Amino acid sequence: MEFNFNNESPIYIQLVETLMLAIVKEEYPIGSKLPSVRELALMAKVNPNTMQKALTELEEMGLIYTERTNGKYVTEDKKLIKETKDKLAKEIVNKYITSMNNIGFTKEETLFYLQTIGGK
Amino acid sequence: MLLECKNVTKKFDKKVVLDNINLKIEKGKIYGLLGKNGAGKSTLIKLINDLLTIDEGEILFNGKPIGIFSKSHISYLPERTYLDKDMKVESVIKYFEEFYEDFNTKKAYKLLKDLDLDKDKKISKMSKGMQEKLQLILVMSREAELYILDEPLGGVDPATRDYILDTILSNFKEGSSVIISTHLISDIERILDNVIFIDKGKIILTEDADKLREKEKSSIDEIFRRSFKC
Repeated sequence: MEFNFNNESPIYIQLVETLMLAIVKEEYPIGSKLPSVRELALMAKVNPNTMQKALTELEEMGLIYTERTNGKYVTEDKKLIKETKDKLAKEIVNKYITSMNNIGFTKEETLFYLQTIGGK
Repeated sequence: MLLECKNVTKKFDKKVVLDNINLKIEKGKIYGLLGKNGAGKSTLIKLINDLLTIDEGEILFNGKPIGIFSKSHISYLPERTYLDKDMKVESVIKYFEEFYEDFNTKKAYKLLKDLDLDKDKKISKMSKGMQEKLQLILVMSREAELYILDEPLGGVDPATRDYILDTILSNFKEGSSVIISTHLISDIERILDNVIFIDKGKIILTEDADKLREKEKSSIDEIFRRSFKC
């Protein structure tokens, strides 16, 4: 997992996004234990309070859970992880379509591009 | 509340250098005291450390006026070096160990080892960056309630800056607080909980760093530059 930030938007939101990606990419697999708040904060070179805030947000989303005194774990809810992945995919596709629209391509042309040069 | 400044004013002769400062420092947070050169940062820090006398108002540490009692719980990194250059690393550590009850010698040696710093080396034989690192190690090796670091990034190279930030992050004890004064904001803003803008002896703004970014849609550095355009 790599932490790349800009200073222009709230750090905790960027942390939420990075950790969310790590979970859907299964860098932290379903049900696995996460490093401690302090460890994660040091990895990201951020304040432990900011990391805590990001983890609380992920917990509210249901993507991680706290086991009393034992630390934090990735959810075992496969469906939720799949849904999160779908949501992220939707955002990326919409962004792509908007960008293509902005340079004058219709949806059909955009799809054609995606099929012919996609992945290359 | 860990530290509270109430209507604090400081004058040098007739010149007001701190003008009615009101400030609250909570437990467990990292604060950035941000201001241009001459804004009053170091004067405020010296007042908190009881190194200058207050003209008006008061400063409370854990609810009590600052004094000898607060000094034993506040670990202070001054802007300028204060170490005796003829001393060896080992004797400096011994000195700190005797002087401060909360000094953790084990921790200091562990941090020194990470740095590959020879304990028999004389301070005068060390590079400027190394001296800065040593001072930071000494300050962060105290199990203090409040760490006050006055311009810890001044005059060091980017790699040393990273080392300093890492050392601050990994060594500040849970529940304790840190105040870092600096004008080099972009290097440090990521580790701050709260920012305090100070200008011409007045506190202009205190705010949660992420909330400020969200509100202004820019970095703290950018907001600071906009607010204090010369």
